[in-house]
Amino acid sequence: MKMHLDEKIWLTISFGIIMGFMLITGYQAFALEMGPPSNMETIDPQKVDQTAPFDNPGVKKIGDNEYEVVMTLQAFGFNPNNIEIPAGAKVTFIMTSKDVVHGFEVAGTNINAMVMPGHIQKITQTFDKPGSYLVICNEYCGAGHQLMSTTITVK
Amino acid sequence: MKMEADLIAGFKEKTNKMLGFYTEDAKLSKSYIAVAFIALLVGGFLGLLQGLNRAGLLELPTWFNYYQVLTAHGLLLILVLTAFFTIGYFYAALSHNLGGLLPKVRKLAWIGFYVKLVGFVLAVIPILMNEASVMYTFYPPMAAHPVFYIGLALIVVGVWLCCIGAFIQVANWRKNHKGQHVPILSYFATGVFVLLFFALMFVAVEVLFMIIPWVFGWVDTINVMVARTLFWAFGHTLVNIWYLTAVSAWYVVVPKIIGGKRWSDLLTRVVVIALVIMNITGGFHHQIIDPGINAVVKFMHVFMSLAIGFPSLMTAFALFAVFERTARRKGGKGLIGWWKKMPWGDVRFLAPFIAMLSFIPAGAGGIAQSTNQLDQVVHNTMWIVGHFHLTLGMSVVMTFFGISYWLVPFISNRVLTPQINRLGVIQTWIWTIGMICMSGAMHYVGLLGSPRRTSYTTYGDHATALGWDPYLMLLAVGGTLLIVGVILQVYAVFNMMFFAPKGETEFPIAEEEDNATKTPYLTERWGIWIVVMLIVVAMAYVIPLTEFIVNAPPGSPPFKTW
Repeated sequence: MKMHLDEKIWLTISFGIIMGFMLITGYQAFALEMGPPSNMETIDPQKVDQTAPFDNPGVKKIGDNEYEVVMTLQAFGFNPNNIEIPAGAKVTFIMTSKDVVHGFEVAGTNINAMVMPGHIQKITQTFDKPGSYLVICNEYCGAGHQLMSTTITVK
Repeated sequence: MKMEADLIAGFKEKTNKMLGFYTEDAKLSKSYIAVAFIALLVGGFLGLLQGLNRAGLLELPTWFNYYQVLTAHGLLLILVLTAFFTIGYFYAALSHNLGGLLPKVRKLAWIGFYVKLVGFVLAVIPILMNEASVMYTFYPPMAAHPVFYIGLALIVVGVWLCCIGAFIQVANWRKNHKGQHVPILSYFATGVFVLLFFALMFVAVEVLFMIIPWVFGWVDTINVMVARTLFWAFGHTLVNIWYLTAVSAWYVVVPKIIGGKRWSDLLTRVVVIALVIMNITGGFHHQIIDPGINAVVKFMHVFMSLAIGFPSLMTAFALFAVFERTARRKGGKGLIGWWKKMPWGDVRFLAPFIAMLSFIPAGAGGIAQSTNQLDQVVHNTMWIVGHFHLTLGMSVVMTFFGISYWLVPFISNRVLTPQINRLGVIQTWIWTIGMICMSGAMHYVGLLGSPRRTSYTTYGDHATALGWDPYLMLLAVGGTLLIVGVILQVYAVFNMMFFAPKGETEFPIAEEEDNATKTPYLTERWGIWIVVMLIVVAMAYVIPLTEFIVNAPPGSPPFKTW
């Protein structure tokens, strides 16, 4: 079949763009370890309160300016809420849902993760800039979904 | 006298057949199209309510709250408008292309019509009663009233009946036309119904075998990740079904309207096959930031999603090449001077043309948000809402509008008057400006973090959330323009259906170029393409689904959180 030179060039560029996206995504995900939150652990969604570490949610210091936040999400709130951490802290959020599907988003950062019942989700972020960060649930979770928010204060 | 009248009637029927018009089939398509545009009218108004609420201009009453409105808006526009339009349009094409619908096929489509309507009414009642504010995605473990799911199941059955009808129609034609290629628009129809048939299986398994036993209490818990994955295997394919429907008009109808010829028949059919094979696997990019799927599988899925971009880029080239070739034949000169030769005053061209243009940013946004890290920035924000209003609300729906200006007169035995054409041109510009405002505001405010599916809130007057307000206001301005567009469009459709002057309208199908190369018969071997499609689907879904089932956590009981 005959194909015009223009079309061959166009399709080669098209193929190149798609491959470029693939390579950059792969490089970021595997070489820079910037892959999307993909934790594989599971939990009984009806026994969250009795299961470690969620039997004791809260902010824990685990190293030099390094923190772990064990958090449960439930319609329509986060536990713990109104978190305070020092500037430059590297924080790992370990989360699960006690009821329906929730989303964990911190506006102005790249923190964005689905929190499903039965699954433990993890995401890490370093907070360099001081300020009040808005934390919201970004997956519709019921009548009070628009109220499900809290803050992270970086001092 | 009686005999004479019969003779005239008989003669008229014969000329109609020569033109590829079949009264009974036209009635069927007319009913489908009428339902589609009523859905647009109601769904459009619900959209306006949400837009005004998001901007903080309108508080919705407790008996019809934001989430009820949103669930109904999604169901009406994503399921009813698109499904009824697609079926009405492609059944008109099958009838016109393939010598009229077989009586049993027509019957199947009518049964499908009523089954879908009953299903839709059943789904809407619990929404109005605030027993099913679960959105059109109905992610478990949120559990709506059982009647909602029974309604959805009936809609699935209704669409399946139409798929089977189309398969019977095409198979019958092929039996009587051995060795011939199925006419191009019917070829698109075959692709669309094949995709619909298989995509619906995923959601049927989710609803029938997982959700219904669970909401009736026959089982205690549900596997939320399996349900969610099955939903998106269907959900994203549905998106591409509308897109393929719009593309059929871009390749086949638009060239005829501008007085040109079709692009290569072989490449057109290759695009259809590619979209059929690669589509279902694209659904996974809705789960890029889900737990329970490892990064390697997610990376494979980036490829599966981006691959769909390739046939779209082929399409982009083909369409603009057709425009240029046609305009130059008409004496258009210069690098861009040929643009002047396009029929800008003809709504049947203008609407689908702007729809195509909008697919450039829409497709680019789609490629960006399919990649892991970029998706993480915009997932579940208003950006996504902006994206699908650009793709569905502009690329697809504006093409449907453009189609309506010849399809509705064709099936109604009426003509498109200059007045309605002018109205259509005005409607097209209002819609374009409205969508640019609304979708642009949504994209931008999404980048700033504003979430989707959330009624008006300032999160306790947090500075970040207050910073979103000006964009949400622009969103409401766009939404208000769009409702004007909806009213004009629905008026035009029903005017053309019932009040426009009687007369014959052509079903515009462009011819191939005179020196076109012959398309190999391989493109007609649907058996092969369906097997390839199933292999690709298996590659994409066997690993994650096995993981979700084998390493499943204890399931979730039903919740009603609204």
